[in-house]
Amino acid sequence: MSMDLSTDNKMTWTGAKNIVDPQVSIRRGALYVAENRIRNMLKWWSSIIAFGLGNPTLYLLSIGIGVGTLVDNSLGPNAIDGVSYLTFLAPALLATAGIQGAMDEVTWPTMEGFVWDRTFFSMNATAITGNQIVNGVMLAAMARCVLQVFLYELCLLAFGAITLESMPILLLVSSLAGLGFASLMLAFSASIKDDDGVFALVGRFVITPMFMFSGTFYPITSMPIYLQWIGWISPQWHATNLGRALSYGMPIESWLLILHWSVFLIMAVIGFAWAHRVFTRRLEA
Amino acid sequence: MIVAKGLTKVYGDFKAVDGIDFTVRRGESFGLLGPNGAGKSTTMKMIASTSQRSGGDLLILGKDPNKHGPEIRAHLGVVPQQDNLDRELKVWENLMIYGRYFGLSRKFLKGKIEELLEFAQLGEKRNNKTEELSGGMKRRLTIARGLVNEPEILMLDEPTTGLDPQARHILWDRLFRLKELGVTLVITTHYMDEAEQLCDRLMVMDKGKIMAEGSPAELIKKYSSKEVLEVRFGSENNAAVAKKLEGIGERLEILPDRILVYAENGEKALEQIVKKGLHPVTSLVRRSSLEDVFLRLTGRTLVD
Ligand SMILES: Nc1ncnc2c1ncn2[C@@H]1O[C@H](COP(=O)(O)OP(=O)(O)OP(=O)(O)O)[C@@H](O)[C@H]1O
Ligand SMILES: [Mg+2]
Repeated sequence: MSMDLSTDNKMTWTGAKNIVDPQVSIRRGALYVAENRIRNMLKWWSSIIAFGLGNPTLYLLSIGIGVGTLVDNSLGPNAIDGVSYLTFLAPALLATAGIQGAMDEVTWPTMEGFVWDRTFFSMNATAITGNQIVNGVMLAAMARCVLQVFLYELCLLAFGAITLESMPILLLVSSLAGLGFASLMLAFSASIKDDDGVFALVGRFVITPMFMFSGTFYPITSMPIYLQWIGWISPQWHATNLGRALSYGMPIESWLLILHWSVFLIMAVIGFAWAHRVFTRRLEA
Repeated sequence: MIVAKGLTKVYGDFKAVDGIDFTVRRGESFGLLGPNGAGKSTTMKMIASTSQRSGGDLLILGKDPNKHGPEIRAHLGVVPQQDNLDRELKVWENLMIYGRYFGLSRKFLKGKIEELLEFAQLGEKRNNKTEELSGGMKRRLTIARGLVNEPEILMLDEPTTGLDPQARHILWDRLFRLKELGVTLVITTHYMDEAEQLCDRLMVMDKGKIMAEGSPAELIKKYSSKEVLEVRFGSENNAAVAKKLEGIGERLEILPDRILVYAENGEKALEQIVKKGLHPVTSLVRRSSLEDVFLRLTGRTLVD
């Protein structure tokens, strides 16, 4: 540190009135929040990529190929939907990737923003509003979500589980599932005072069952009726079923098709409204 | 610049700020003093247009924060009591993202960041993550960050807590220059020398209410005597001896380790004490300071 107390600090000073136009932040605040979130994510880009590619590869090698071979051999011509097990599994795995990718970028960052670093309070001390923080965090989470699904798709493509043509629609479906679920999780994360293992509970009692009972490994209808409701409220199942219908043409009724799309949108609408409310309240306390 | 009337903040059924009135004029440097829990930070957050008031009227830069929060905040600089830097990001990145929130261009910010690093004397640490900074360095960075938009009003909640004496003096000097540039300062502090140095006008708060208001000199004149005699009789004896001192000087203040005798003339008061056959272990005569005003207004061990 310099010892010279008299160093003239060459401050140029024009004044906020002349250099800051509040309308710019009012219009683009969410983008600035997303910019910050992405800057944070880039600190971890190598792990995000490695995880995004490594995880599916391991998964595909063990379950997809291993179990798949077993299933295909034993079912033979009676295969589910008449496709290989890996093809059947692919939309479910993509839905998981979408949901997980988006969720990771809303839960921990929200704890960081409200509790650990309190960075949301620092954003809110500028012209940024609570609603803009919600939108910005979701925007960045969706960037991560889309990237993660895309990487997964590349692996699936390499293993011959999906076709090139089905990639865009599967990307859309899986990302929308991520959007719906993550917006609810964002509002939920903002409602809890401190982590205290809440996320571990959510993982155990929401995420895992959602993965297990959503027709991931076998059609939901093969489950006992008293377990099928889990599928109906799970974005994982809606994305999986929709993905199967749209990628390899699993037969589906049109009302169900509409329902699947609607579920994502309804979740997102509720999630955003709830998150906007919780964020604003917490910041204004 | 700031006009508050009956400003109130309620948490549950607890009144953290209880109907206070005050005005801060352009270019003024305004200080909030008060013991822990007095409601200083709560008042600061309402002025910063983040915390919603529960009652009363508030105008900042001529606008109501309930209706124009973002517009007002765009022209404010806020240094919160608790640092809220982004731990994962580097020092310069923290300044960059904060500037971006105001919609400032990267080009403008590049130059600004250099100035602010110089201001905070963190040039050598520009590429360190903020979690690698010392407490005082984080504080300096938070202060510099509050200047990124060249605010009209700079709000500083205990700015120098955790700063070494040298850094404090440098900061005072810099704040003084900002004031010369026309920036309005609102400062809370527990350091009376700081309040005396920096503030044109002070407001002493306790339990959400205003106890006194005025310039440091006015407050000293109004609430304290010209001189103070500090005498020590050893911790165990102070309370007992204090009874015998009644009547000497204008007022006594009994602290755990010493007794303060407020008097027009300290030496004379000391003579009176010695005449009573009491012999303090140490004695010291000094001029009254804000510290005495603070004790008088918020201290709980008053013996009048
Ligand atoms: N979010 C909150 N919820 C409930 N009570 C609060 C909240 N924030 C502050 N308070 C209460 O309001 C009162 C005033 O707090 P405040 O932080 O304004 O005090 P302060 O004057 O800044 O004190 P300090 O010198 O310790 O910083 C305290 O009694 C505190 O417990
Ligand atoms: Mg405080």
